[in-house]
Amino acid sequence: MNVKNEKLAIKIDDLTVAYDYKPVLWDIDLKIPEGVLMAIVGPNGAGKSTLIKAILGIIKPIAGSVKIFGKPYKTQRAKVAYVPQKGTVDWDFPTTALDVVMMGTYGSLGWIKRPGQAQRKSALEALEKVGMLAFKNRQISQLSGGQQQRIFLARALVQNASIYFMDEPFQGVDATTERAIIKILKELRDAGKTLIVVHHDLQTVPEYFNWVTFLNVKGIASGPVKDIFNDDNLTKTYGINYKVAINP
Amino acid sequence: MSTAQIEIQLIAALAAMACAIPGVFLVLRKMAMISDAISHSILPGLVVGFFITQDLNSPWLILLAAVTGVLTVVLVEFIQKTRLVKEDTAIGLVFPALFSVGVILIAQNANDVHLDIDAVLLGELAFAPFDRLLVGNLDLGPKSLWVIGSILLLSLSLLILFFKELKMSTFDKGLATSLGFSPLLIHYGLMSVSSVTIVGAFDAVGAVLVVALIIAPAATAYLLTNSLKKMLVLSLLFGVFSALVGYWLAHWLDASIAGSMTSVLGVLFLLVFLFAPKQGVISAIFKEKQQRKEVSLLVFLLHLQNHEDPRERHVNHLQEHINWHRIQAKTVVDLAQKNNLIEIENQVINLSEKGLQFTEEALKYITTNKPTAIEDLKNKFFLFRG
Repeated sequence: MNVKNEKLAIKIDDLTVAYDYKPVLWDIDLKIPEGVLMAIVGPNGAGKSTLIKAILGIIKPIAGSVKIFGKPYKTQRAKVAYVPQKGTVDWDFPTTALDVVMMGTYGSLGWIKRPGQAQRKSALEALEKVGMLAFKNRQISQLSGGQQQRIFLARALVQNASIYFMDEPFQGVDATTERAIIKILKELRDAGKTLIVVHHDLQTVPEYFNWVTFLNVKGIASGPVKDIFNDDNLTKTYGINYKVAINP
Repeated sequence: MSTAQIEIQLIAALAAMACAIPGVFLVLRKMAMISDAISHSILPGLVVGFFITQDLNSPWLILLAAVTGVLTVVLVEFIQKTRLVKEDTAIGLVFPALFSVGVILIAQNANDVHLDIDAVLLGELAFAPFDRLLVGNLDLGPKSLWVIGSILLLSLSLLILFFKELKMSTFDKGLATSLGFSPLLIHYGLMSVSSVTIVGAFDAVGAVLVVALIIAPAATAYLLTNSLKKMLVLSLLFGVFSALVGYWLAHWLDASIAGSMTSVLGVLFLLVFLFAPKQGVISAIFKEKQQRKEVSLLVFLLHLQNHEDPRERHVNHLQEHINWHRIQAKTVVDLAQKNNLIEIENQVINLSEKGLQFTEEALKYITTNKPTAIEDLKNKFFLFRG
């Protein structure tokens, strides 16, 4: 791995997750330096989403440790934002786009305290950034898939985190939204943030990302896209020859 | 109105309000049927509590019964987690088991006391004013009024304090977890409040009808609003409405108060279900019809644009070619004419200037297939407004 003296955003040691007896992630060791825009790629069932959930404590691993900036996640929550898959929530929930984005500020508020003008202002700014300000009072079920994804991104933006986790942000979104999202992600990276994105479209990996992790239950490889995004690793991960797909 | 009548209405209204609050969250969490399970399985808790305290309104009895309610939820989740049975089956297994224990306990030991199956199932609101809370010689009103009042106060305060947490963990459990809120704690908090509320309202409306008080106001409000706060307020209002109207309906029919209350709720839901402005069944049918008309208009105009030959654009020919019924064809032609999209000369239909512009834009809509584009089109051409 190509991590030398850079500061590590995330360090994972011997992480193992299993549902019942079935291992989903097996003995993962991973070092993610600060300031990278990283794709997690791997076939269906490779444990990509599970890896993110295990890092965030949403799923309890049976072994291993996760350190965020050298400390356990529990103490670092304020530095981490998470964009789950769109399908994990009920979009018929009676609430507006602005309200969903405001939820991103709840972490900094803690229990009981209510969001006020300051939280509203930062939510509006985030909505503007993702080009959704005009839809702020729209009921969330009235938004298209791409717009819903932008709302989720805006919600992560208001958390003003150092590390962003995104679970398939491009799934089911239109091309315009995809471009808008990747532009924002690159801006965040250039501002020194670390972004970890579960990604499906191998074709766009070199264009979008500068760091990549290959995953298939076990960690296959992790490093800069230009060094390790090659047929060898793709074949190791997907089990078939990917030459044609990537280098047409 | 006698004092007793006012007291009964007050108890009914407070019970309905107390049920509406957890009801909103249970409905949104798709857990409405767990309230059915809780309302039945608290029976053994009630009976055992009654043996110990000999008082149906004792706080200890309520607490004990509420614990049985939470236990139901734990058992259902435990069985479900084994993945041997599905959730609805798990619910169906747990609550009859606990309920039947309660029924046997009553039959065995409480034949001579004031606790019978009828009361358990349907409540006995009419008798509520007879059991008074006395401090010395001072009459403070019916005991059940104090009980349900305190429960309402408790759940209102919890709702106001933890509104943000309840909303977030109901909408997005993953976010709540990652931000350091404990959705599990909130879940069991909600289950405890639901159990306590059900036990409190149980006395008034019984095991079967309490479920209606929990689910119906929330389900009705859900059809009327897109805001959680409004949904809560509407649910509370519907609860109170059903209590008051239900009481007088029962008075008039000389029937069960709880039965009348829930009938009112049922009718209320039916009305909203049919006539709600945005999500009601009738509005949906109307909208679908409107949409079909809009699409027909588009098809018709594009056909005109596509065919230069006047023969193709003859009024009679159109009917054969597009294969529309005479009435449908007439509606569409009328609509197009009303919007100045076509001109008819000697039975031959031509697109007007506006019609030409419209079809050009419409073609763009069809090729990009963006739902927002059709809205723009409608706004731009002031279409479909009567």
